[in-house]
Amino acid sequence: MVAARPARTAGAAVAQAVDWRPSAPLSHLRRRAELAITVRAFFTARGVLEVETPLLAAATATDLHLASVRCRLEAPGAPGALWLQTSPELHMKRLLAAGSGAIFQLARAVRGGEAGPLHNPELTLLEWYRPGFDHHALMDEVEELLAATLGTGRAQRLSYGQLFADHLGVDAHHADSEQLAAVAGRQGLEVAGAPVEDRDTWLQLLMSGRIEPLLGRGRPTFVYDYPASQAALARLRAGEPPVAERFEVYVEGVELANGFHELADAAEQEGRFLADLAERRRRGLPEVPLDRRLLAALEHGLPDCAGVALGFDRLAMLATGASAIEEVLAFPVARA
Amino acid sequence: MATVSTNQFRPGLKILLDGEPCNILENQFVKPGKGQAFNKVRYRNLVTGRVLEKNFRSGDTVEAADVVETEMQYLYNDGELWHFMDPQTYEQHAAGEAAVGDSAKWIKEQDVCSVMLWNGQAISVTAPNFVNLQVTQTDPGLRGDTSSGGSKAATLETGAVIRVPLFIEEGDLLRVDTRTGDYVSRAKE
Repeated sequence: MVAARPARTAGAAVAQAVDWRPSAPLSHLRRRAELAITVRAFFTARGVLEVETPLLAAATATDLHLASVRCRLEAPGAPGALWLQTSPELHMKRLLAAGSGAIFQLARAVRGGEAGPLHNPELTLLEWYRPGFDHHALMDEVEELLAATLGTGRAQRLSYGQLFADHLGVDAHHADSEQLAAVAGRQGLEVAGAPVEDRDTWLQLLMSGRIEPLLGRGRPTFVYDYPASQAALARLRAGEPPVAERFEVYVEGVELANGFHELADAAEQEGRFLADLAERRRRGLPEVPLDRRLLAALEHGLPDCAGVALGFDRLAMLATGASAIEEVLAFPVARA
Repeated sequence: MATVSTNQFRPGLKILLDGEPCNILENQFVKPGKGQAFNKVRYRNLVTGRVLEKNFRSGDTVEAADVVETEMQYLYNDGELWHFMDPQTYEQHAAGEAAVGDSAKWIKEQDVCSVMLWNGQAISVTAPNFVNLQVTQTDPGLRGDTSSGGSKAATLETGAVIRVPLFIEEGDLLRVDTRTGDYVSRAKE
């Protein structure tokens, strides 16, 4: 029995050195659980159906700025490469096309390369879709959800164009790349590496570097009607300027949710996917397969609807006053 | 030359920016709702010592800088360059005024300094945190004024001028903190 003692001591030393404990205080995990209950009650009361869709699938998002993680199942007869989903969007739209009606999901998603105070590569999204809503009607509902979960008051709503005019005195829809570069220069924002050529990169730098930290202070801020070049899967509205019917929500400087008046046109969706894939090849980014099943579902018919994805981990951060995502995750990737 | 991706950025990593070696001080990942993510990086240019900030497009790669910091013995100054020797290899390196900077005020022959080499070239020299230096000139302190916390100027053997208590006399050996330039105490040989 004497021999067992040194072994126990060594074990204790290892237990101290290895960070096996959760990074979030248990009180934060309890608050997080309460939030999930509140969210489910909120949607149940409104007749929105809870669904579950795959994390592992044959296709994935084509978005240039989302890195899907590729996996392989070793089971006999298993398909070749599969992708961990960056959001449940593609599958939830197939449910909508199949006639599900309003649906919501608390879904896990995985995004490679995203890690920081507000990012963990594995995240939880609260995503929901509302047939018959446009992006303004959905903003109303997001505002109500924020009131129910965070107790926030009446939100402020600003168009993307107005926001850039107010904060930086620049016309976000018409300024060219050089004019935006000059604004960034005056703001002390320098970009390393190859010269930035596209307008959107400058706009996104100005947005994340100088505008976002000021948004949602004291009350939520909704930003809507994005440049057509940043439409992602949102519907475009013709006009001068043409805009994407897309919105983002900020609470206390934190980007919390992104919503669309959903693009339902199968041909236009296929065109955007193909343009993404061509640009992926040009930039040497990993090629991802086109989601034929989604395109077939759109072909069949997606009801006119709006949808939004809200970062549930960030909602928990705001509810607990946490300053880093680790404080609301039991096991962030560094100790998963 | 080795390259590193923004995913590998962390404080202390040495990278090459605009052809000069830099040390990453802070690295923050920022991403707008959709679109291009950036790594907001605060860094020190190791040649000029300046602290700057730049945004890197996440996923970009940059060249790693071949920078090593080695303890070396200060040998002598030839009027233009300061000469150091690696006590392990006996290899000698010369550093110019820009690299030695303020450390020149504190170092004496035989002192062991920290020398930063970039591609084998000395780019910065850090004096030991504490050095013992002799006072070569100081005015006599006013009698009876030693308890008032007053101080006076004293010139040290390296030429540095520091504030010292009134009781310090010429020929005294002083312990000095080179990071602040402050007098610490009288020292014994």
